[in-house]
Amino acid sequence: MVLISFNSACKNKISKWRYLNEEEISLLDAIVEQIIPTDDFPGGKWANVSNFIDKQLISYYSKHQLIYREGLAAIEKTVIQIKGKKFEEIPFAEQTAILEKMEKGEFPGDYWKYHSPSDFFDLLRQHSLQGFYGSPVHGGNRAYISYHMLGLDYPKVIGQNRYNDLSWRKYNPKSFENGK
Amino acid sequence: MANKHVNAVVIGAGAGGGVVAKELATGGLTVVLFERGRWHTFDEHGDDELTSQRTFPLKCGYGPDNERNWRMAPDGKGGWIKVFPNDWSYGNNAACVGSGTVTYGAMAWRYQPEDFHLKTKYGAVPGSTLDDWPLSYDELESYYEKAEYEIGVSGDPTNDPFVPPRKNPYPMPAFSLNREGIILEKAAKRLGLHPFPIPMLRNSVPYNGRAACIRMRTCVGFACPVGAKAGTQNTVIPVALKTGNCELRINCMVSEILVDDRGKAKGIKYFDADNKLQEQTSDLIVVSASASETARLLLNSKSKLFPNGAGNNNGWVGKNIQDHAYTGAHGLFEDEVYDDVGPGACIAINDFNHRYPDIIGGGVLCNEFIRMPYQFTSVRPMGSRMWGKDHKDFQKHNYKRHIVIMGPVQEMPVFDKMVEVDPSVKDFWGIPVARISGLRHDNDIKVAHFLADKAEAWLKEAGAINTWQAVPGKQSTPSQHQSGTCRMGNDPKTSVTNKYGQLHEIDNIFIADGSLHVNNGGYNPALTILTLGYWVGGHIIEQWKGTKMK
Repeated sequence: MVLISFNSACKNKISKWRYLNEEEISLLDAIVEQIIPTDDFPGGKWANVSNFIDKQLISYYSKHQLIYREGLAAIEKTVIQIKGKKFEEIPFAEQTAILEKMEKGEFPGDYWKYHSPSDFFDLLRQHSLQGFYGSPVHGGNRAYISYHMLGLDYPKVIGQNRYNDLSWRKYNPKSFENGK
Repeated sequence: MANKHVNAVVIGAGAGGGVVAKELATGGLTVVLFERGRWHTFDEHGDDELTSQRTFPLKCGYGPDNERNWRMAPDGKGGWIKVFPNDWSYGNNAACVGSGTVTYGAMAWRYQPEDFHLKTKYGAVPGSTLDDWPLSYDELESYYEKAEYEIGVSGDPTNDPFVPPRKNPYPMPAFSLNREGIILEKAAKRLGLHPFPIPMLRNSVPYNGRAACIRMRTCVGFACPVGAKAGTQNTVIPVALKTGNCELRINCMVSEILVDDRGKAKGIKYFDADNKLQEQTSDLIVVSASASETARLLLNSKSKLFPNGAGNNNGWVGKNIQDHAYTGAHGLFEDEVYDDVGPGACIAINDFNHRYPDIIGGGVLCNEFIRMPYQFTSVRPMGSRMWGKDHKDFQKHNYKRHIVIMGPVQEMPVFDKMVEVDPSVKDFWGIPVARISGLRHDNDIKVAHFLADKAEAWLKEAGAINTWQAVPGKQSTPSQHQSGTCRMGNDPKTSVTNKYGQLHEIDNIFIADGSLHVNNGGYNPALTILTLGYWVGGHIIEQWKGTKMK
C-alpha cells in the first residue's frame, strides 16, 4: 500500500497553485480574459490575474474560498451540460453571453447551494480588476502592464517626472514577452 | 509592577491627541500618550493601492487590522452584520501614530465664521439638532494660526474673497496648479467665480526641518516618503517626546476609563502590546480616539454614578454623528488633462458657502486627488458596462482625460444618527464593539444637488465633452471626516462637554477630536481638529497652573 501511494504521488506534478487546482485555473483564466480582454494590450490572463486571485484566496480573501470552489464548479458543470464543452472551449462571444446572464443572476443550473451566481460574478469582476490594475506585489499586473496601458510611467522616479517625448508609451508587444 | 502615576493620559495619537500631548508635555505635565496602532513609514507600504488608506480591498494598510477589530452595521433588513475595517460600512479612519494625518490629503481649511453659529444664521432646522457652537471663530482664530504655523500650511488666500478673516499670512507660499488646475482656473474666472489654490498641510518649501513636497501621484491614502506632508507624527508628537515628559505607548488598546464613586476619573484600563490588561492612573484624561471610538470608550466606561457610560447621564454621548455628504461631478475631455503632478487636488472655490439664503451651509468645491488605476475602474457614467471590452476601452482612453470636482456638503446633525455599543458583540480583547446607524437629513441631499449642479457647470465651462453628477443618498457611514458624537455646548442638557472640551459631568475628562464639533463645516475637518487640540490643551494648561486640577 505504501509503495503504491508513493508511486502515484511521484507521478503527480506538484501544483504551482495555492488554493485553486489546474482545472479551476484554466476556467478562471478564461473568465478573467472576459473581464479584461486582450486587445492591443494584453488581457487578464497574460497579466497573471488568476495568480493574483489564487494568492489572495489563501490570505486576504480566504473568506471567499468556498464561493470560488462552488462557483467555478457550477460554471464548469452547467456549461458542459448545455454546450457539451468546457467554458474555456466555447467561442468568446458565447462565454460573454453566459457571464452576462450570471451577472443578472439568471445563470441556469442547480449547482448553486450556498451562493448566488450574481454575487460570485461580482467578486470575479472586482478581483479581476484588482489583479489587473493593482500593484504587481500581489501577484497580478504582470510587468506593470496596466500602468503602461494607462500611460503611467513605472518604475516611478520619486518626484516629478516630466516627459515631452511621449513615444515611450507606444506599446511594443515584443518588449513584454520576455517579461521586461 | 504598577505603572507610575502621571498627570495626564491622552488616548489616541491622531490629530487631536498628538497636539494635546505636545501642549501638555511642553506645559510641564507628565503624559502617557496611548495609541492602539504603531509607527508606519512609506518604505513599509510603498505605493500599493490595494492596501492604501484610500482604496483598501485587501486591508487598511495604516490600521486598524481585520484580525482584532470589527463593528456591527445595519444589514438593511432591521438587523446587524459584522463588518471589518476595510468594509465601507465600517467607517474607518486609521489606527497608527499620527492616525489620519499620516495618509490624509492634507487640505488645511479653516471653517467659516458662520459655521460656528449656523442656527442663529439660518434658524432651527426641523429634524436636526443643529445648534450654535459655544465658541466663535474669533476666539479660535489665533489657535487656527498656531496650528498652521506649528504643523505647517502652504497657501495664498489673495484670490479668495470669502476667506475667513486672518491676521497673518500662511507660513508657506501656495502650491502651483497642475494642468487640471490651470484649465479649471480659467473656466471658473469666465463663470465669474473666484478660484484659488487649496491650502495644504504640506510643505511647498522646506519648513520646520522637513523637506518640500515632491508632487507624488500617490499622496492621499499613503504616507509621505520625504516627510513633506505634515501630520502629528512628524511634527508635534516628536516635540512632545523630546520634552522627556511624554511617553508614547503604542500597540495599546484602551478599554475603559475608571471613574470612582465620587464621580472623578482616576485612570484607565488598557490591553498592552502583549494583550495583557493593565492600569494607568492619572490626574486627568483626554480622549481623542475619533468620533466613533471616543464615544465607544465613554459608553463602555460604566460606573456607579454613570451607569450609561462616562459623562452620558443625559444620553447625548454618541449621538449626532456626522461626516460629509460628498457630492460633485465628473467630466471627460477631448485632450489629456493629466500631467502626473500630485497630489492632484489643487484648486478650490468658496463661492457656494453661506452665499445663498435658501441653502443651509453649503461646501467648498475642489478638483479631486489623483485617481489611482483600480479606483478609476469604478468611475463610469451611470448605466455603463463595468467589465469587458467597453470597460477596458474607457479605462485606456479616459484615464488621463478625466477631471472630478467634489465638495463636502456640511451635514445637518441628526440625533438618531449615532454610535452605540453593541449589547453582545465583543472585539478580540473582549471590549463591546461600536455600531453606527442612522440616515442623513434631507437638507444634505438638497445641498448636494445644488453643489453638483455647480460642479458640472464648472466642468462644462472648462470644455468637458461628457459630464455626469455623483450625488450621495441618505445612507452613509461616517469615516475619515467623522465628528459630532460628544458635542460641546453651554447647555449641559443638550451637549456633552463645555466650550473647552471638558465633560459637563466629570470635570477631569476632556475630549479633543472631531467628536466636539457641533457641526462639521463645509470643509475637510483636519485643521479644525488640530486647532481644537491647541484650544483644549491650552485650556488644560491654564487650569493646571491655577491649580484647579491638582
